[in-house]
Amino acid sequence: MNTEPFNDRNVNELSAYYYVDIENYPVTAWDKFKQVVKRSLKGELFVGLWVVLREMIKFDIHTVQYPKEKLPIGPRYRAVHKLLRLWESGFERCIGCGLCEKICISDCIRMDTRIDENSRKEVTEYSINLGRCIFCGYCAEVCPELAIVHGGRYENASEQRAHFVIKDDMLTPLDFLTAGQQEEYPGFGAITPHEDERVTKTPLAY
Amino acid sequence: MDGAFIIETIVKIVVILLVFSALSGFGTYVERKVLAFMQRRLGPMHVGPYGLLQVAADGIKLFTKEDIIPQNVVKPIFKIAPVITAATAFMAAAAIPFWPQFTAFGYTVHPIVSDINVGILYVMAMMAIGLYGPLLGGMASANKWSLLSAARSAAVFISYEVITGLALLAPLMMVGSLSLIDINNYQIGGISHWIAVSQPVAFILFWIAAFAETGRTPFHLVANDHEIIDGFGTEYSGMRWGLFFIGEYANMFFISFVMAIVFLGGYGDGTIAGALGLLLKVSFFFFFFLWTRAAWPDVRPDQLMRLCWKVLMPIAVVNVVITGVVMMLTRGNG
Repeated sequence: MNTEPFNDRNVNELSAYYYVDIENYPVTAWDKFKQVVKRSLKGELFVGLWVVLREMIKFDIHTVQYPKEKLPIGPRYRAVHKLLRLWESGFERCIGCGLCEKICISDCIRMDTRIDENSRKEVTEYSINLGRCIFCGYCAEVCPELAIVHGGRYENASEQRAHFVIKDDMLTPLDFLTAGQQEEYPGFGAITPHEDERVTKTPLAY
Repeated sequence: MDGAFIIETIVKIVVILLVFSALSGFGTYVERKVLAFMQRRLGPMHVGPYGLLQVAADGIKLFTKEDIIPQNVVKPIFKIAPVITAATAFMAAAAIPFWPQFTAFGYTVHPIVSDINVGILYVMAMMAIGLYGPLLGGMASANKWSLLSAARSAAVFISYEVITGLALLAPLMMVGSLSLIDINNYQIGGISHWIAVSQPVAFILFWIAAFAETGRTPFHLVANDHEIIDGFGTEYSGMRWGLFFIGEYANMFFISFVMAIVFLGGYGDGTIAGALGLLLKVSFFFFFFLWTRAAWPDVRPDQLMRLCWKVLMPIAVVNVVITGVVMMLTRGNG
């Protein structure tokens, strides 16, 4: 649908907006009588009957039978979080920097880290309290490694909401990764398209 | 009064009761589907194929629900009110011929429980007594919405009794009999003999009044959901509420039969085609009840009263007078 004519909110001959034509109220008894006759003989009742019958005959049903049929959701939809892995090595992307924990405005991210035997920071615990999370997307936006992102999983009815957001549930399983089923998040904080062409070498020599 | 007659009558009563209880259940399904299609929805879809068993599911729900009788109600009246609605609706069916008489296995069957000579009067009287269901139920409920609904139902039903009576008077003057079978036989001979053709004003008036008598949408103020919850049914639950429902839908079917027989020629000359024609006419009237519910808004109680006493009643009276004058003149010549 072309929405161009709707952009100009002023009423003129170019825009799609127009003033509703409202007649003046009848003053004299004769005018009132004429209005009654006009309105009564217009057959508005039958117009109404025809409209609903037409819709029934056209049978243009708009129902989405939800559990069987699902509407597509937008790629930037912010549902339950996911933790992603690196494509080549399969390591976790999360480096345990704690930025998401820091920026979270409802204070619902909790993480624990330790230094492992290779002197690398390892994330031991990572959980999101879904009772508090408002799905603002700040964690995904602030993450420097594109590790925590939002997924499209909005059906989160369960005995325990926590089942969705402890680390093992959010992290991409390894077999998923090797099957190439990990999806990059196109939403908030993700890499913009054609990012490769915009990368320039860091000037090392001053 | 021999044994065969008694057995035959009992069988007819049982058949009518079962068929119309089932039909009023099925009517709710049809109503939900028709309304859904008119509003671009699907309606019930999950119980059975295309939701056909929804009626059974609703029935099981109504039967097994706890029957709550609130603390401050007038208990005997509260308990008996839904029975009045359902019972009077079915009692009205006693004088309605549902099918022309036919011969099966050498036995002539009259598909009418009792062809009394005041048939139509009896039907209208029974439907008028049906008023006591909403009235008593609403007054006994100890609930302000129920009370409002009871007051409204009393006002509406009694007012529109006048319209149905006066609208029927003109055709009855022409027929000269109150028996529905006589009225049907008066119209044998095709569409031009139908009373709706010779008495169009009476037909329209009766049709309008039928909406008030059954409390259907343009005149649904007896149980208008957005003003008075469910009206007289607010405090009811389980099968007592279900009885109100069965009564309402059975009433819709029976008044459709009455309209089809009195004004649209009924089953005509009694052939199978005529009988199927009667069912078609009844289906149309029933469909029209649902159709208007999807299309038309409700009127206010004061508008309904004004329409009744200041518009419809004078028209009905004038119609009766004109009919009388015309009959007098034509009879005088012949």
